[in-house]
Amino acid sequence: MPAMAPETEGGGAAERVPAMQRLLDNHFLLLFLGVTVPAVLYLVWGIMEVAQIPIGK
Amino acid sequence: MAASNEFRTCSVTGLKVHLPAEALIKANAVVAVVFLAVGGLFGLLVALTRWQAVHILPAEWFYLLLTAHGADVLLFWVIFFEVALLYFASAILLNCRLATPWLAWVAFALMLAGAAIANVAVLQGESSVMFTSYVPMKAAPHFYVGLIVFAVGTLTAVGIFFGTLVIAREERTYQGSIPLVTFGALTAAIIAVFTLASGAIILIPTFLWSVGLITTIDPVMYKVIWWGMGHSSQQINVAAHVAVWYAIAAVVLGAKPISEKVSRTAFLMYILFLQLASAHHLLAEPGISSEWKVFNTSYALYLAVLGSMIHGMSVPGAIEAAQRKLGFNAGIFGWLRKAPWGNPAFSGMFISLVLFGFLGGISGVVLGTEQINLMMHNTLYVPGHFHATVVAGTTLAFMAFTYLAVPLVFRREIVLPTLAKWQPYLFGLGVAGISLFMMGAGTLGVARRHWDITFSDAPLTFEYPPAAILMMGLNGMSAVLAAIGGLAYVLVVVGSILFGKRLDAPDAERPRFIPRLPTTVAAYGSAGTLHVPGTIVLVTVFFMSFVLYYFVNWKYLSEIWPMR
Amino acid sequence: MAITSPEKRVWWNEPLHRPEVIWITIAFLWGLLMFGMMVYWHVAGRQNLSNEAYKVFPEKFAEKVEDMVAKYKVREEGATKIPVVRPPPGSDVYVLSRLWEWWPILELEKGATYRLHLSSMDWQHGFSLQPVNINIQVHPGYDLVLSITPDKAGEYTIVCNEFCGIGHHQMIGKIHVVDKK
Repeated sequence: MPAMAPETEGGGAAERVPAMQRLLDNHFLLLFLGVTVPAVLYLVWGIMEVAQIPIGK
Repeated sequence: MAASNEFRTCSVTGLKVHLPAEALIKANAVVAVVFLAVGGLFGLLVALTRWQAVHILPAEWFYLLLTAHGADVLLFWVIFFEVALLYFASAILLNCRLATPWLAWVAFALMLAGAAIANVAVLQGESSVMFTSYVPMKAAPHFYVGLIVFAVGTLTAVGIFFGTLVIAREERTYQGSIPLVTFGALTAAIIAVFTLASGAIILIPTFLWSVGLITTIDPVMYKVIWWGMGHSSQQINVAAHVAVWYAIAAVVLGAKPISEKVSRTAFLMYILFLQLASAHHLLAEPGISSEWKVFNTSYALYLAVLGSMIHGMSVPGAIEAAQRKLGFNAGIFGWLRKAPWGNPAFSGMFISLVLFGFLGGISGVVLGTEQINLMMHNTLYVPGHFHATVVAGTTLAFMAFTYLAVPLVFRREIVLPTLAKWQPYLFGLGVAGISLFMMGAGTLGVARRHWDITFSDAPLTFEYPPAAILMMGLNGMSAVLAAIGGLAYVLVVVGSILFGKRLDAPDAERPRFIPRLPTTVAAYGSAGTLHVPGTIVLVTVFFMSFVLYYFVNWKYLSEIWPMR
Repeated sequence: MAITSPEKRVWWNEPLHRPEVIWITIAFLWGLLMFGMMVYWHVAGRQNLSNEAYKVFPEKFAEKVEDMVAKYKVREEGATKIPVVRPPPGSDVYVLSRLWEWWPILELEKGATYRLHLSSMDWQHGFSLQPVNINIQVHPGYDLVLSITPDKAGEYTIVCNEFCGIGHHQMIGKIHVVDKK
């Protein structure tokens, strides 16, 4: 492994970590989004669609 | 921190290898290959039956083995291999100990038991319900039990991956962000959680229904939730094999991603939207609104396709940039001509990339277009498409990765190198044929999962166009070629693990297919001016094929019966 | 490399390369265009699958089919003597699927529009009309209603393309499209 600059988290860092990179580094936030987005848009909406099919005469 | 005697240092990569993690990677990978061999054999028999001149299996066996083929390769082979990849991408690439190895062995045992139970259920003959097991067609209760147990084991393994990420961060075994390959594995793991949750929501009630505790399961509802599992499980594959592409390019050529930002954002598009494409299977269902269908089938305005198209440029782009750095600068395609085509890890990876993009990717988007789906739903076009994605894409990428994993993880040299060199070409050509000819037959209307398309004992008569029958013959021949390629893979892998020269001696030679790279290649600094003309030509050709094929299908659609 | 952590702690601020920006833009616009095509076809295209559907009891659906057969039967066809019906243009027509047949056979007039009802008595089936290659899923307990306008005369075959058990490959039906008398 090549030598690398030590991690610079928190205040006083030379370079602030941009918000998008912080999102991509936040594995559990990604997990939450990756489960919630399809659960709402695909599953919940889909189940509502099927439940709303009217009863025929 | 784990005891230091639980680690070894890899003589090739310098990585710190957690030995319990390594043992788990080996176990999962070996079982994966066993299921590939079994499932692949079943697939060959299925293809030979659909070759009307051969028609090898009787009807009951055809439907039985088609069910087993789907479960064994579409679920068990890829997921066992993916669990091995998850452990590799977390513990090994992060120089970290694997979280709770004992629990990982429990997960392994559950997965193995579940897969075995499902196979027994199918082979007993009472569960020939196809991989999809659409209700109200009912399988034996232990068929569902097998799948549920397998899913519980897999979910545990995915949890261990997340646990390992936490440990690695807390113990600071890596600096900054996780490697791109690990990020791809994270993407796969996140999709796996959604997949397994959907599976639990639908398979548990279906099991209760099969034993009589629930009276009915709504068939449309079943499909919505089941495909949350069935299609998303294939999206795990996509994320995993893209990660493998990046990994192979890095190990074999020292390629580094053109842009971490772009590649990771592309994976983010997968995390958020790839799973919506489960709607591809519901475009021909009654009663679901077109708003839902159009939005979900397009992965939210095709943002996940955008992700794939980005990878489609950044992977070959990274390879081209690395090759040019190595001095292969002649013309537009000199870098590609001088690529290590004799290294099966590279050739397998590149064939996987091309076939996945041109055959699997384009056909998937066309097939998943709400209206065009009317001409393709449940025809052979569907298996044609997913053999291009899951077999030519995922399976071939995983095979290619094995040529690196055997020396690095099993520490054995690859035996039969000449056979290994040819293996990706044999398999790739066979699978390309399978995909193309099934898509061709599907375009001519041929039904999937159908034992006899000549309808010889039906009360009414019908003949598909002769070209369709011809295509099914060519499909059978391609399957034979792919099976030879698959057999070559199994022979090389099993032979190497059992009889390959040991590479763990201190004075061991460099593994055959892992070249020593000049250190400058891996170094940072190609930023600034990016010179990848060959990749630009490749993606331009890809884009033009995509546009052309897309609109040709709209033209076909405009010629069928008007309906609304 | 892709198997090691990015060397710079902050990689998000790296500038994009021009070929990447162009490709991402093209891919994004192409996605919007493909999305727009589906929407556009709903407005201007003539081939859209209807979303009109009702939850029904299979017996009720079968009654309606039998009514149609009683009223409009013109002859029988095939070894199993499947009734052939010729309902008037514009009317509701029914095709019932069950293990392992499509019932009855419809005779439709070229250029006329019918409200076609599809449902299953037992398992799921696949309505695959050949050689026009129109493929629609058929569910038990759901009546899918779509308006069709057959625009070419000829003999059309309904193949079942959803696996439905051991007789699946024998399950075929017919729709005849005839010129106006």
